Amino acid sequence: MKPIFILLLLSMTSQWLAAQDVDTLNLTNKDAVYQRPFIYEEQRSNLSAAVGGYLEANTNYFSTDGISEGYSMEMRRFNIFLYSTIKERIKFISELEFGHGTEEIELETALMDFELHPSLIFRAGILLVPIGYFNQNQDSPKWEFIDRPLVSTNLIPSTYSDVGLGLHGTIPIRDFSFTYETYLINGLQEGIITNEENRTFLRAGKGEERFGEDNNGSPAFTTRLALNKRKFGEIGISGYIGNYNIFKKDGLPIDEKRSLLIGALDYNFSIKKVKFLGEIAYIKADIPSDVGQNFGNTQWGFHTDLIYPFWQGKLFSWQNIILNASLRFEYLDYNVGKFRDTDSNISDHLYSIMPSIGLRFSPNTLLRMSYRYQWDTDLFGNPPAKTAGFQFGFASYF
Amino acid sequence: MKNNLAKLSSLVLLAGLLSLYACEKFLPNEPEENEVLDGPMEGLSYAQTRLFLEGDEAFSEVFTPEKGLGAYFVTSSCFSCHSGDGKGHPSTTLTRFGRWENGQFDPLTHLGGGQLQNRAIAGFEAEVIPSEANGIAKFTPPAVTGLGLLAAVTDATLLDVADPDDMDGNGISGRVNYIEPPDFFSPLEWNIPDEEGRYIGRFGKKAAAIDLLHQTVNAYNQDMGITSDFDMNDPINYAVSSQQTDLIPDPEISAATGQSVVFYLRTLKAPIPRDESDANVQLGKQLFMDIDCGKCHIPTLKTGISDITVLSEVEFHPYTDLLLHNMGEELNDNYTEGLAEAAEWRTPPLWGLGLSPDAQGGEFFLMHDGRATSIEEAILLHGGEASNSRTYYQELSTSDKEALISFLKSL
Repeated sequence: MKPIFILLLLSMTSQWLAAQDVDTLNLTNKDAVYQRPFIYEEQRSNLSAAVGGYLEANTNYFSTDGISEGYSMEMRRFNIFLYSTIKERIKFISELEFGHGTEEIELETALMDFELHPSLIFRAGILLVPIGYFNQNQDSPKWEFIDRPLVSTNLIPSTYSDVGLGLHGTIPIRDFSFTYETYLINGLQEGIITNEENRTFLRAGKGEERFGEDNNGSPAFTTRLALNKRKFGEIGISGYIGNYNIFKKDGLPIDEKRSLLIGALDYNFSIKKVKFLGEIAYIKADIPSDVGQNFGNTQWGFHTDLIYPFWQGKLFSWQNIILNASLRFEYLDYNVGKFRDTDSNISDHLYSIMPSIGLRFSPNTLLRMSYRYQWDTDLFGNPPAKTAGFQFGFASYF
Repeated sequence: MKNNLAKLSSLVLLAGLLSLYACEKFLPNEPEENEVLDGPMEGLSYAQTRLFLEGDEAFSEVFTPEKGLGAYFVTSSCFSCHSGDGKGHPSTTLTRFGRWENGQFDPLTHLGGGQLQNRAIAGFEAEVIPSEANGIAKFTPPAVTGLGLLAAVTDATLLDVADPDDMDGNGISGRVNYIEPPDFFSPLEWNIPDEEGRYIGRFGKKAAAIDLLHQTVNAYNQDMGITSDFDMNDPINYAVSSQQTDLIPDPEISAATGQSVVFYLRTLKAPIPRDESDANVQLGKQLFMDIDCGKCHIPTLKTGISDITVLSEVEFHPYTDLLLHNMGEELNDNYTEGLAEAAEWRTPPLWGLGLSPDAQGGEFFLMHDGRATSIEEAILLHGGEASNSRTYYQELSTSDKEALISFLKSL
């Protein structure tokens, strides 16, 4: 009886509070669907929520070792944002992503911020996990390249959002801002070692049920600390630690606790007109030896982007058009270590270089063209598969 | 403004021209056909090519626990062990075991033999070799190219090549291995059973698989722990329990998937020799025959009539007789399959030998277990029926040895 009584009381209290807030005492139960703030705020001609988003699409022409599947077009993402200032210093934001049309639909963000003070904000909901720079900053129109950095997708599993809660804030120190974020989240799951990539692959650990429950009842901890200097840039360090496997079921132990650690260093600064942007990730996972040597305990990688605006002016009556020339270097080692049988190095790594040209009509909209050349070496260190190709595309906020 | 526009237009034009030019210069070149092992045979029809590609996809499929992998296994895909359709790396080596007692070999199936599943899905423990085993052998995965041609050689041809009693007195006595056929085996017109209903094996280090379906079903089952319409039992780790631990409904692959992989294996092209006209290679070829390597590594075989036209009545050059030969005590691992003696091994085809390092991480890992890290080392490990050839090789001049090895690398 007790829980039911409490629920009833809570429900009545919240209805009373809502009613007080919106003056809806006269609305009947049948009209409950209209008892929603965005409707009566709209009726009062107050915008209660803002809608935005971005979209990106591109062409692809790639060839691996001389074999190409030909030319194709890709609608990568159509993302919708909803934002609302619910009350002073209480905010809501969400992002719904449609990938490849409706092939992949994912709620990437749905969170609330309760700002006690600018240096102390309580955040809860589905949030972008603060590992590295890219994961929280992955909106396509911000980037000069069509493809995302591989270290940010194949090591750090961007876009990685999870359900969690924690604190974040900004502390100004003279010309600097110190920012912190620290959250408890459900965490990555066993897919990191049971996947079709046939290697330790964190991206496959984003179990669909993570927004519903923790797979092992043991939340992961993640944090990012950064120092930002106005008109110069930002450097950040971040980390994640948690157990990824199910080690207990129905109260019975069924496995060892297996931990996963991710560390990242990111930077973003400008020297004269050249912008430098990148991140380095290091992963240490407790992998059972019986699953095989192709699942590495240690991975690392980096990307670094150089962006140079080499032309700015008026074009076809558009003002302040900027043409950026950019270059990206990438390296990933999926499996740092040696084979037990031969004591030779395990390879499983890749290098990539990608020049790009971006025509920015505004900070929010660009056309861009990229070329990529990539060398993928397999586990055994056989001659690398060489992939190269061209992409042309656009991205824009709306 | 005009200047800027001109600058921008030039850039866009340059980018456009580069894109067009890129198809030629900025994309990686396709390697020469004779530099890679994978790819279909020439002359397949559109429909056959589609079947080949379906089989290629199945061959490359990575199994996960959700798809039925394991719970005890050696590898999670065909491709993992046969990278680029070539030989395997030592890290993908299979281990087989059994027990000799009173002159009889027991594969210890009641203890999880004959093959060790040395990996397990997360949360399970891999199998270990039981203490009862006194015969243990390691098998490096072979290249899978050209298998369709080898599969299409008739039993009569093999029996014709065999000389079990060394009637010609040359010290070489190749013989066939007779194998108890599995339930799903359907003999072809030219399959010749022995008096006890066993059929000639030709695939595997001990020639213990009769045909490519037999080999494929065993590989799915024993290497990956994948059940099929042909074999519904997962490998068991008897150290844990005699019960099957995989709760994925069986079969985990259909008969069609198994058959598509067989079609793929049948229609993979044969390795194409390189530098055939090179004088050193030609000298090496002559020496190869002169020192009797070609008595077991027969250069040429011919297929019988096949349902796939490109495999029908074709002469080809695998450098094998597909027969068992005693290779001496140094290569005796005290392990066997079928009627083979522990020191007997099926002659491996030498075609594609020169491309082995491209699948083995840049090194050679030769002989049945990869113990030889060079061609010369492999030659010197030949004992038993090959002792004379080894001695002849040792007596060759340095330049002749180099010529012989150049020839082997050209295959």
